[in-house]
Amino acid sequence: MSKTRIPLGDNVYLTYVPAVKFKTDFLSAQFITPLRRETAGLNALLPAVLERGSRRYPDMERLSAALDLLYGANVEYTVRKRGENQLWGFVATCVDGAFLPEGRSLLGELAEIMGDLICHPAMEDGLLRGDYVRSERSNLLDAIRSVINDKGAYAGRRLLEEMCAGEPYGLSRLGDETSVAAITPESLTEHYRQQIASARLELFYCGRQSLEEAQAACGRILRDLPRAGAQAPAMVLPHPPRGECRLVREAMDVTQGKLGVGFSVETEDRDAALVMNAMFGGTSNSKLFLHVREKLSLCYYASSSYHRSKNMITVSSGIEFQNYQKALDEILRQLDAMARGDWEEWELEGTRSCIANGHRSLADSAGRLEDFYMGQIATGQDQEPESLLEAALQVTPERIMAAARSVRPDTIYFLTGKEDAHA
Amino acid sequence: MREQVYTRIGETVWRDTLPNGLEIRVISKPHHVRSCAFFVTRYGGMDLRFQLGGRWVDTPAGIAHYLEHKMFDTEDGNALQRLAKNGAEPNAFTSNAITAYYFYSTEHFYENLRILLEFVSVPYFTAESVEKEQGIIGQEIRGVEDTPDWQAYTRLMGCLYEKSPARVSVAGTVESIRQITADTLYTCHRAFYTPSNMVLSVVGNVDPVRISQIAREVLSPERGEAIPRDYGGEEGPAPVRRETRLAMEVSMPQFLAGYKCDTPPEGPEQLRLSAIGDMACDILFGDSSPLYRRLYEEGLINGTFGGNFDILPGAAYLYVGGDTEDPRAVHRAVTEEAARLAREGIDEDFYQRIRRSAYGQMVRSLNSFDTAAVAAAEGVFHGYDYYDFPAVFETITKGDVEDFLRRYVTEERTAISLIDPKEGQ
Repeated sequence: MSKTRIPLGDNVYLTYVPAVKFKTDFLSAQFITPLRRETAGLNALLPAVLERGSRRYPDMERLSAALDLLYGANVEYTVRKRGENQLWGFVATCVDGAFLPEGRSLLGELAEIMGDLICHPAMEDGLLRGDYVRSERSNLLDAIRSVINDKGAYAGRRLLEEMCAGEPYGLSRLGDETSVAAITPESLTEHYRQQIASARLELFYCGRQSLEEAQAACGRILRDLPRAGAQAPAMVLPHPPRGECRLVREAMDVTQGKLGVGFSVETEDRDAALVMNAMFGGTSNSKLFLHVREKLSLCYYASSSYHRSKNMITVSSGIEFQNYQKALDEILRQLDAMARGDWEEWELEGTRSCIANGHRSLADSAGRLEDFYMGQIATGQDQEPESLLEAALQVTPERIMAAARSVRPDTIYFLTGKEDAHA
Repeated sequence: MREQVYTRIGETVWRDTLPNGLEIRVISKPHHVRSCAFFVTRYGGMDLRFQLGGRWVDTPAGIAHYLEHKMFDTEDGNALQRLAKNGAEPNAFTSNAITAYYFYSTEHFYENLRILLEFVSVPYFTAESVEKEQGIIGQEIRGVEDTPDWQAYTRLMGCLYEKSPARVSVAGTVESIRQITADTLYTCHRAFYTPSNMVLSVVGNVDPVRISQIAREVLSPERGEAIPRDYGGEEGPAPVRRETRLAMEVSMPQFLAGYKCDTPPEGPEQLRLSAIGDMACDILFGDSSPLYRRLYEEGLINGTFGGNFDILPGAAYLYVGGDTEDPRAVHRAVTEEAARLAREGIDEDFYQRIRRSAYGQMVRSLNSFDTAAVAAAEGVFHGYDYYDFPAVFETITKGDVEDFLRRYVTEERTAISLIDPKEGQ
């Protein structure tokens, strides 16, 4: 696999990855724009409204019909947060012509549909259709409120919100209720025009088609795109460490408590922090899994994530309410074990293998490759999975210990039951 | 080992049947970096009552899943760690019908395969290790109890079925798993983890002959006895209850409605029925259906709306659900639309479009190693070849889908499970 990245126009790039192993063509168009409180909801709403209808496909039934005819091709809008940018756009796939009765490629037609959604949305009186805007605004509000339905995800969201209050990273990719409720067809249309004219546009293709064919397909998206001005993605800033660890406790009518612990990482040796985190709580053989779950039977899951661009770590676990202190103590004890180099040889070996698997197997999924490269671009990096892996494999035990010593508890979030609220 | 090439979908599958009855399927993917091996037993959450050595045995709800957790314990430690040391990513899951143990790896594939086959075929439990798992699984159960989707599903099954163990949650309850002991786990292992009740399916850039050799070396030469199971017997078409509701900490009401279908056939007919059921769902309430558009435009449904056709041991049902302010109106609209389609017939153009789309989706599903491996195993258990789907598709007619809707998606066969937001939120 060899990736090619080429400019296709003003602030527009194509990342091309040839692959014969998939049954499908994978095409993505992502606008990358700084994550801000005032615009987060607008960016989240925009692709949902665009997907409702375009000049050629004025309603969802006609759009679906066109996709059905392309053997169940799909075009889905996406809204992501990577670093301190928001990515909005469309991801589309269709079955490769080699596996279809007619034997011809559908990529061009798929790109044509995507281009129509992006460049020619259904309008009335020069504005995005009011009924579409209102209906998707209401759906987006439902989606923002429904984060509470999944208690684990809710606790994760709340931890980031508390820990990164005042930083763009603390914002939700979907925006907040108040600003979404205030969106009108006028404000969304204005935002739409600004975005498609000047936001960074990153295209991605993975499949059997040649670079020239992929470029030609992208040409169908770009043909009618009015570009003017060039807005760069935001630079992401690391999380500023807090002097003293803060506890936030919230009560709900639930049967299981959710514990989230956020840590700031002070070392700039991010490769070492990555390996340290994987060994601490990033794999199914990590310290947290083996001790908090397997040895103490405190939970079904306990794991940690390293937010590389922010240089911070978050731990999450689902526990009984009364085990709060026990679980928290054990999490900190295991972090201390990392700082002291208290691990067996196989733990480090297993962690390295796991990291290697993760990086090498990116190439087996077009979707994961797309997410990887978009993430690199949105966080101002230009690395390949191989080079990141190489750097991680060179991390020594000393560097791991040093990274662990630079980790500071920052914010604790605990979702507890109502009867436990005053405990 | 026999090789079969499926030119229409660009796949190559190797097959073998060992003298001990184990079926092996190897799906060749020469360009992929990762490979995976799934070792699957036909034993799931619904296999609670079965016959072993001529005697009926009743076991507590959640035992197949509990056994799955405990299988990773070995006499000299833990199989998860052994696999991890070797660079594999191991995992397992238990569904209603099967338990699957698997790993993905980019290196040391054959060593890892040996470990997988060893730890799944050799049980090692102690009273202490079984006791210890109560806390972990107890928290897993508590976690899903707070999940509205799980509540809606479990409660719907309780409405649809009278005797079928589909009523019972795969993980059991905190109370039911307390009855599980090392002895009951050994009994279930002896009954169901025999080569003739299992399938090894491998996907990746691997050598099929070597895989077959390793399986011959590691596994017992004994077939094990055939195990009759009791799924509660024939059920009538009507649900036992029409409705259930529960208040939870959710942002808006949600529902899951089910339509009870007849006991599914075994063999190639099951694959055909499954394709008909999927198409019936697409036509009735899929993204491009007139009903979807109408309900969406009326603001009654959003992107969470959808459903599917599902086949369980001795049972089958169609389900549909999502978040909505008016669950009953949406449920009624689905039932009425099915009646209309059954009465007036499906529009021919629409049918042809859905047929194309359904075919494309099946081809697309082959991108997923999980899907390929599990579909191969289920094909063995139920007597069909999943990769025959292009030919199966050619035998399906518009009339088949209309019949399906007419018979099953009716007022008589349906029940609804509602989740309401807690008061005062």
